[in-house]
Amino acid sequence: MIRTTVSALALMALSAPALAQEVWISNERDQTVSIIDVQTMEVVDTIEVGARPRGIMFSHDYSVAYLCASDDDTIQVIDVETREILHNLPSGENPETFVLHPDGRHIWISNEDDNITSVLDVEERRIVAQIPVGIEPEGKAINHAGTIAITTSETTNMAHWIDTETHEIFNNSLVGSRPRDAEFTTDDKRLFVSAEIGGGLHVFDTETFEEIVEIRFEIPDVHPHDIQPVGFRLTEDMTRAYVALGPANRIAVVDIENYEVIKYHQVGRRVWHMAMSNDETLLFTTNGVSGDVTVIDLVRQEPIKTIQVGRFPWGAAYRPADS
Amino acid sequence: MNRKTALLSAAAIWIMAGPGIANIDIPIAYLEQQVERPAVLTNLDRPPEDIGLMGARLGLADNAQTGSFLGHEYSVSETIVPLGDDWLEAARTVLAEHRILVVHAPAEKLLALADLPEAEGALIFNASAESEALREDTCRANVLHTMPSYAMRADALMQFLVSRRWTDLVMITGQRAADMEFAEALRNSATKFGARIRAEREWDMSSDMRRNIGQEFPLFTQDFPSHHVMLVADEAGDFGPYLEFNAWEPRPVAGSAGARPDAWSDRVEAYGAAQLQERFRRTADRTMRPVDYAAWAAVRSVGEAVTRTSSADPDVLRDYILGDRFELAAFKGAAITFRDWNGQMRQPMPVATRTALVAMPPMEGFLHQSSTLDTLGRDRPETACTAFN
Repeated sequence: MIRTTVSALALMALSAPALAQEVWISNERDQTVSIIDVQTMEVVDTIEVGARPRGIMFSHDYSVAYLCASDDDTIQVIDVETREILHNLPSGENPETFVLHPDGRHIWISNEDDNITSVLDVEERRIVAQIPVGIEPEGKAINHAGTIAITTSETTNMAHWIDTETHEIFNNSLVGSRPRDAEFTTDDKRLFVSAEIGGGLHVFDTETFEEIVEIRFEIPDVHPHDIQPVGFRLTEDMTRAYVALGPANRIAVVDIENYEVIKYHQVGRRVWHMAMSNDETLLFTTNGVSGDVTVIDLVRQEPIKTIQVGRFPWGAAYRPADS
Repeated sequence: MNRKTALLSAAAIWIMAGPGIANIDIPIAYLEQQVERPAVLTNLDRPPEDIGLMGARLGLADNAQTGSFLGHEYSVSETIVPLGDDWLEAARTVLAEHRILVVHAPAEKLLALADLPEAEGALIFNASAESEALREDTCRANVLHTMPSYAMRADALMQFLVSRRWTDLVMITGQRAADMEFAEALRNSATKFGARIRAEREWDMSSDMRRNIGQEFPLFTQDFPSHHVMLVADEAGDFGPYLEFNAWEPRPVAGSAGARPDAWSDRVEAYGAAQLQERFRRTADRTMRPVDYAAWAAVRSVGEAVTRTSSADPDVLRDYILGDRFELAAFKGAAITFRDWNGQMRQPMPVATRTALVAMPPMEGFLHQSSTLDTLGRDRPETACTAFN
């Protein structure tokens, strides 16, 4: 009897334990990824990765993480259980950011130094298309229907609208200087684009491609030069946008029904990007200069913790616990 | 051949598909007057021959990419006037075909060009001359300046020194005109920001002292009162680079050597600058110099204005560039704009040694009612320029 119990326990120990909720942070200057346990809000693991890691995201089933190892010119695939790098995927030169198509198979990549958007097939492990875009392609978004991909180009100051079937640009929208991030609303009716030097968050109608509004930010005692919108996230219910404001060291909370800024959360220095928990109660911001992550409780609407990570944290991705 | 055709047809698709497409040609001229380079002590640092030109070429490449999506066709003609050739003749030839010019020439040459009857209504960018007078008493409505003035450079350095509370200074100046002008700017900046230049000495540049620096400089600097930093105004980089570690007192050197304020430094890396540095390296096979940056910024300013106005008319572009809506992302952390009272481009300015960035003024705490960038150089209330009224 006793023996059976022991071996059952041993078996359980051998099989993988259920994974906790985690946030993975790419540290641009450390060539590492810090893994934060959401329950304890501590870094539980730090893994060595390729050179200059920036964009990071999970597969739709959360079994692997994809990471842009920019200076190694590759996308790394990391097993979330073992934390091991499974293989490197072709990415084109200097991949900075990317987005996974709803089909779970195609990754759209910004090749920063080459003015190209590359489309990678993760199953065949090859680049299936390369699309010339403006200078310094950066932000990436794909609508939920999977029909339109967006690339923003930082020096060309445009959002390029690309047909995901034909891989052709079918429209170009001028935005403020140095557009960074892009995201569609859940209903695909609006596209949001942040402009780092322009200082605004631009909202486009996806039918007419016309700009609906440019949301501006003002913070007492912060110079307008330092208000530089970079990464942002929209909520599922399309009521809020959380916008990282770079050297303003703030996250803006924006009501995207009325296009009003509601609140600013103080975070670490030079905030780049963020990850949101799937239940949209927690936000994790990467603060490049201070080398930490600020956790914001979105229910209580306040920052609750700062977690030290590696040097120059850049990207962030959330994965839920295994059920 | 095939590749070229493919690209062309791709462009054709964009042009047909995109709304608001207007086909516009934007011819820009790059015009340079070659100058005699002063002999300096070291023979190791030979300046590249294509400073400025390569910046304009990169600006063109950047504009062309954006233009390909909008039906805007940019070109840059390149005219380099050799020493001894007739500058104004060359300028007239260029002006006959171009209304937008990027000029790399000494202040007096630039001024003579701007005053030609043919230059009336042209849009001329000064990408190299740092003289204060060009922005003040002799400012011209048809000239904008992407290169910062001596005063802006001096102010950038002085803000940094004052923010570190290194306010006791001494200065060594060279004897060339540029040295005198920069030294004067440093004196004015010290007064403006509350630092003290406690003593000054002029370096007699007649002797070659590469072999006895270690004996000459300690003696030369022995009488200086105590100071935090030794300023040097030696724009050609003649004796200045030898000052550090050879003075009587071990103090950091700043100004033309040591920590140097400039329009650009190849040590700037943040704000996406690494990408600009890399693009430049691919274009020119060397690092980007201040005049390259100023020429690049001039061509890009034209590009930004054309993109937003869909016009190639120099008057329209000038108005837009000087207006409130203009902003150029220029890899220095703040949107670049132009002063509407004298056409000077506002900009943060790196203070850097040859190996590392030291600071990027304006420094925190130097406040201004409209733009902190206007804490660098002469501000609106002080300007003597009336051509922009």
